[in-house]
Formats: sequence, structure tokens, C-alpha cells
Amino acid sequence: MSGLLVNELSVSHGAIAALRGISFSVQVGQLAAVIGSNGAGKTTLLRALSGLNKASSGSAQWNKSEILGARPDALVRRGISHVSEGKSVIPELSVRENLVLGGIWRSDKSDTNAAITEVVELFPILGQRMSQSANTLSGGERQMLAIGRALVSRPRLILLDEPSLGLAPIVIEQIFATLDQLRRKLGLTIVLVEQNAMSALEIADTGIIINLGEVVASGKASELINDPALRAAYLGY
Amino acid sequence: MQKLLETVLIGISTGSIYALMSLALVLVWRSTRVVNFAQAGQATLSTYIGFEIASRSEIFWLGLAFAIIAGALVGAGVDYFFMRVLFKHAISGPAAVVAPVIATLGLLGLIRSIVGLIWGGEFKSIAAPASKDGFTIGQTTIPFSALNVLIIATVSLILITLAITFQRTNLGLSLRASAYAPEIAQLAGIRTARTRTIGWAIAGGVGGVAGMLVTSYNFLSPYSLDLLLVFGFIAAVIGGLESMVGSVIGALVLGIGLTFILNYIGTSLVFIGGFVVLIVVLLVKPDGIMARGKTRRA
Amino acid sequence: MRKKIALFILLGWLLLVIGDRVDELRVYQGAQIAMYTIALSSIVLLTGYSGQVSLGNGAMMAVGGYAAALTLNNLGSPVWFAFLMAIFFSALFGALLGTAAARLSGPYLAGTTLALAVGLPAIANQFSFLGGEPGIFFDVGLPAQSLGEEFTQYKWFFWIATFIALLSLFITSNILASRFGRTWRAIRSNPLAAELSGIHSSRMKILAFTISSALAGLAGAVLAMTISLVAPGAYTLTLSFALVTGAVLAGVSSLPGVLLGALILVAIPEIADVLANSWGGGENFSNYLPGLIVSLLLILSVIFTPNGPGENLRRHHHKKASEH
Repeated sequence: MSGLLVNELSVSHGAIAALRGISFSVQVGQLAAVIGSNGAGKTTLLRALSGLNKASSGSAQWNKSEILGARPDALVRRGISHVSEGKSVIPELSVRENLVLGGIWRSDKSDTNAAITEVVELFPILGQRMSQSANTLSGGERQMLAIGRALVSRPRLILLDEPSLGLAPIVIEQIFATLDQLRRKLGLTIVLVEQNAMSALEIADTGIIINLGEVVASGKASELINDPALRAAYLGY
Repeated sequence: MQKLLETVLIGISTGSIYALMSLALVLVWRSTRVVNFAQAGQATLSTYIGFEIASRSEIFWLGLAFAIIAGALVGAGVDYFFMRVLFKHAISGPAAVVAPVIATLGLLGLIRSIVGLIWGGEFKSIAAPASKDGFTIGQTTIPFSALNVLIIATVSLILITLAITFQRTNLGLSLRASAYAPEIAQLAGIRTARTRTIGWAIAGGVGGVAGMLVTSYNFLSPYSLDLLLVFGFIAAVIGGLESMVGSVIGALVLGIGLTFILNYIGTSLVFIGGFVVLIVVLLVKPDGIMARGKTRRA
Repeated sequence: MRKKIALFILLGWLLLVIGDRVDELRVYQGAQIAMYTIALSSIVLLTGYSGQVSLGNGAMMAVGGYAAALTLNNLGSPVWFAFLMAIFFSALFGALLGTAAARLSGPYLAGTTLALAVGLPAIANQFSFLGGEPGIFFDVGLPAQSLGEEFTQYKWFFWIATFIALLSLFITSNILASRFGRTWRAIRSNPLAAELSGIHSSRMKILAFTISSALAGLAGAVLAMTISLVAPGAYTLTLSFALVTGAVLAGVSSLPGVLLGALILVAIPEIADVLANSWGGGENFSNYLPGLIVSLLLILSVIFTPNGPGENLRRHHHKKASEH
């Protein structure tokens, strides 16, 4: 199967096991929502997939080649972009510089410029702020910039860590709509980690619910939403 | 009036050399969070190499070029073979906080001893690339010379090159991004370890220039750059240790200030003056002149 | 407490007996070891306990040395009073510096004290009452007549230095075992928690700085005694380097370790001499080999055993204990 295939992935922080044998798969062009409470291991999962954290065992394949053990900068070159937790922009740099950063590994500058133009079409507000310091952006704009930076690298797989964190509902809606659009128009594969379970599952194709480092349920997002037991236990409503 | 003018001019010339050393310290601090005391040692070694080339070829600029190359290679080598090893040994315990600082101190001692073993302790000098005789204005001769002009010009050229590199090139963006947010930089595809080594190389090259310029009017010995390190550090602290622009401004202020002490009070108080400036800045404005109300963390 | 006193008296007696059995050079080196012991315990107290790094201990020693020499020469005071003044002035200096230092963290404190180490000896060059480059004499006088004809000057130095070193070790170990020692360790390992539990961490840091410089100043006076001179050349940056190295080798936070550290510091020039001679090297070798060895030791120990050789042993023990 092409796509993302995670098999028995375990990660430990010192003596504490953060992930214990996680397995799931995401087909190309699909959006998978990883749902779970604080401390369930969602962030650790993404960090392991992007090479920021070392996995202690297991495997993860992207389009049939192993990605565990590779450094983040190498994975970017293989089409995997990770938008890390908490609006991952560099506030000391300008908006344009943050965007250029996404394509900095590429030798072809014109491709980066083209990608930046596309990002600005997607998030017009960034176009108006190009020369401002990223420091001056609002929370929602920062999140757009973070996603925009990832898009400039023209990824095939995006790992998104809680893009809704600390944002107003209307902004969350806008960002999720954009994700939906990205998947449909560009055929991106997206792994979206969220605490905001309902909104995430609404746009997701599949859902993976994790708790205490283990997958407790997975399946079609629409079915997960309607499973009363899951709703009560993990989705909190 | 004339004394005031010459004080300012000489101060700028001296300060511009401090600027190079403080820039080197700031560059390394930003990327590695270590005040690299070995910078003086690296500069000394590069300057000795520059001295060899300059005295054999009798071309100062050739010596300077070699000092830059040697400084860059040594700087990259220190990061690659030394700092990486140091940080790999996950350090914990009472010495953890002080280990990197102490390690750079040890490196300073090591490089200096090697220099001493090779070249000995006697003072060397390099023929200056321009006249050291002061300019004559009307009837009087001031101590500001063609050499001072050349020093200021050289430093300006280097500062402009650095500014363009940092603000306008992808390498500069990588360096800045890696310094501000190494993790995000890595996620953007930057090879941060390599970028850091390049930063150390730039710092080393800049330090090499500082050493050569000091030696163009002063003698060279294994210890002759110690004061440059101290004044470079003070200048960096005035600038807030994080800011490259701040460190240059800090260096010019310090250079002019110390020249004032030298010309108006006396030689004996120059060092004390510098030290007092350091203490006052640390107590009154610990984040430096460029601070924007952020508080400093350890 | 009584046991400890007995232990120190026994140690002192043992050293004196050894002092009678070995030749002059070793006696002189014994005095040097005593001097380094005092200087290193000053660093252990500061870095190992309160977690502040000082690269300028050489400068502190200079303050003590000059204070002792000026007291002795200008007031014609007894020798013990000169040593007291060394302690007093360096403590005062340390308190001033500590007040500034308490607000500084890591790189700032390291840089400031390094600046001090570079500059302070040079300052001595500039003021005539400090004797400039040649320095001023510091003569503690001949050994008492009652000790007999054969009692040499060096042995006299050795006695005084050993006495002072044992006394300072005794006092330091008591301070470290006291409430102060515990408080310093608390601040070092968790400054925030210490502050929350009502500890005035800046006051405690200043105290650590003060006691540490008092010890350094005392060591500086002992150093001046052994070379009968205070001069800028005796308190160089190289001395500060050596002290940091000795402290790291001693394990930074281990007081018994300072004896080992002091021993190594005195042995290094000897070893370097032997090496330089056997390699037939010239003047450069004898001048720079000791520095090379010191810095290599410093680098290797800071990379591989940053908390001193003792740490690895302790870790080993823990491992064994947990296996059972």
C-alpha cells in the first residue's frame, strides 16, 4: 500500500514509555485525525514520524520506504513536512523569511518563489504582511504562516500538531476548511493531531483514537463520530 | 577640540577591531549558547599563520587572507571535533552548567600552548600595510594615521559583507533561523548541525581578521590577544550578547570610551575603565542596549 | 566533631613527619600542595556548592597576596596579622564582586571573572605602591630559633602552609556540612524551589562568593610566602586556568578531592620537565608543555568526567547496588 504505514511504533522518554506499539495506516490523499487527551502521546507520535524524537522500536513507512531513523531535514527532502506544536513560526524573522525558510533546502529559488505565490493565494492575509515581523501576527495568522511554510516545501505528507490550539472558533473553521481543500485539490496526505475531536473528525477520512500511548480505536471518521461508547469515553460529549 | 577629534577617531579605529571580536563571540553564542573563550586562542593561531605568510611574502593582505582561511578552518574544526563531542556526552551533575564554558577555557589554554611550542614566546611583529605616522592638519600632527583609516575601512568592508550575507542570502537566513529556533529550522529542511559549524567558521574567520589588525600596530605573542577577548566580551555584553548590530555599536562605544580614558586620564585606568563599564552595564542594563524589555534567562 | 579534629591533628602530624624525611625540593612542593589545596577548596565551595563559576580565582589570590605584603611591609605587623588582612581584604573584595555576581548567570559571570583574571594582575603593573612589574617583597622571617639549627626556611614555609591548609580545610568542611552548605546545594540544584521555600538565594550566593574569595586570598598570601614576593607575574591567567583544572580534576564538589587536584597541579610541571628533557626539546618545551598538559587534562576531564573521577565510581556503585 502506498501512503503512511505505521507498525508497532514505540517511543520512550527515559524510563517512561510514551508510545507503546502504535499501528495505523493512512492512504495517499486522505486526512487522518489522531485524537486523544493531553499526554496521550499525540505529539510524541508526530515527533517520531518527523525524526525529532527517536523511536525505540517499530517501523514507519512512507510510500514503502522506511522513515524512522532519518533526520527531519532529510525527511523534508522526501516530501514530509511537520508543523510542530504551538504555531511553529520564527517570530524574529519576517513573514516572507518564514516562508522562504520552507524552500531553503531547494537549490532552485524560482520554485520556492512560485510556491510562496501559491501560499499567498491560499492565505491572502499573509500577502499583506510579507515584510512584517512574524512577531506582529495574530494567533490565526501565525498558524496560517506555519502551514504556509510547510506548503512551500511542496510536501506530499503533512504532519500537523494541534493547529486549533488557542484560536477562535471562526479561525479554526477557516483553517480546517483550508486543510480540507488542500487534500482535495493537491491530493496531500495529512495527519492531523487534535484535541478538538469533533471538528477534526468532521473533515477527516479516518480517525485514530489514542490513549496512554496506545491505539484504542480506529476506523472511518464518520463511524467513530457516531459510536456512542467512544463518544462517551474519549470524545467527551 | 583637536584632541577631542583625534580621540574619537582613534576610538573608532580601536573599537572597530573590538567589533570583530565581539561579533565572533555573539555569532557563536547565538548558535551554541556558549561564550567561546577559545576565540582568543583561535584568533592567535590564525594570526600566527597570517604572520608567517605576511612576513615571507612581505604582503600583509596575503597574510590576512590566510588568517581568515585558517580562522575559518580552526573555527569549524573546534565545533566539529570538539563541541559536538562535548554536547554528545549527555552531561549532568554539578558541573553540567559550567562544563561548556570550562571546556572553551581549556581549549584556549591548549591552542595557546601549541602556539607557544611552535613559535615560542618572543614578540613578533608584522609590517603594517600602511603608514603609522599620523596625519598632519595645518601645523600639528595627530596620532590618527593611514593605518587607522585602513583598519576602519577593512572592518567596514567585513561588516558590510556580513550584513549582506545575513540579510540577503539563504545561508544567512539558515544561520539566523538555526540560531533563533533550531527545531523549526530543522523541520524546514536546514541541516542545523552543519549550519552551526559554518557559523563557527565565520566567527573564526572574523576573529582571524581582528588578530591580524591588532598585530598590524602591536606585537604578537601567545598572550597578546587576551585583552582583545576581554574587550570583545565587554562590547558583546553592552550589545546584549544576542544582537550582532548591538555588539558592533557596543564595541564602538567601548573603543571611544576607553580612548577617552587613555587620552584624558591615563593608561593605568584603561582596563579598570573597561571593567567598570562591564559591571555597570550588567547591573543597570543587563540585557544590553538593544534589549526590548525581554528578561534574560540563564 | 571531636573525631574530625582528631583526624585533622593526625593528618597534620603525619605530614610533619613526612616533611622531616624528604629532601628540600619535596618539602617546597609540599608547601605548594598546601597552597593549591586552599585555592581549590575556594573553587569547590563556589562552583561545586553554589553553582557559580569563577574563572578569576588568580585575581582573588592577588588581592590576598598584595594585602598581606602591604600589611607586613608598611605596618611592620606580625606575620599572622598579615595573613588575617589577606583574608579580610579578599573577603571584602569578594563580597563586592559577589553582590554584582549574584545577579549574573552562567556566561556573564564567567566572562566577568575572566576579565578580572586578565586585568587585575596587569593593574598591579600600573601603580607604584604595588611595586609594578617586579612586585614587592613578602618575607615571613626565619623559622623560630627554638626549632633548631637544621630547621630550614622551606620547612618553615611548609609548616605554616600546612597548618593554614589544614585549618582552612577543617573550617570549609564544617561550613559545607552546615546549614549553609545544604542551602547552597539546594540553590544549585533547584534555584526556583529554593527561592519558594524562603531562601534568599542572592544573599546566600554573595556569602559563598565572600567565603570563597577569603580562601583564595589566603591561598594568595601563602603563595606569596613561598616565593617571598608578590608580583603580577605570580597571579597570571595561567594560574587561574590551573586552578579551574585542578578543581575539575578534584571533582568540583568534593572537598577530599582537592588534595588530589593539588597534587596533580604540583606534579604536572615535574612531569613536563621530564618529558621536555627526554624529548630533548628546547626552551619552548619547558615553557609551554606544562600548559599543554594542564589544558589537555582540563578538556579531557570536562568531556569525560565533568563531575570528577569520583562520579564514575559512585555511578558504578549505584549500578552494582541496584543489580542486587
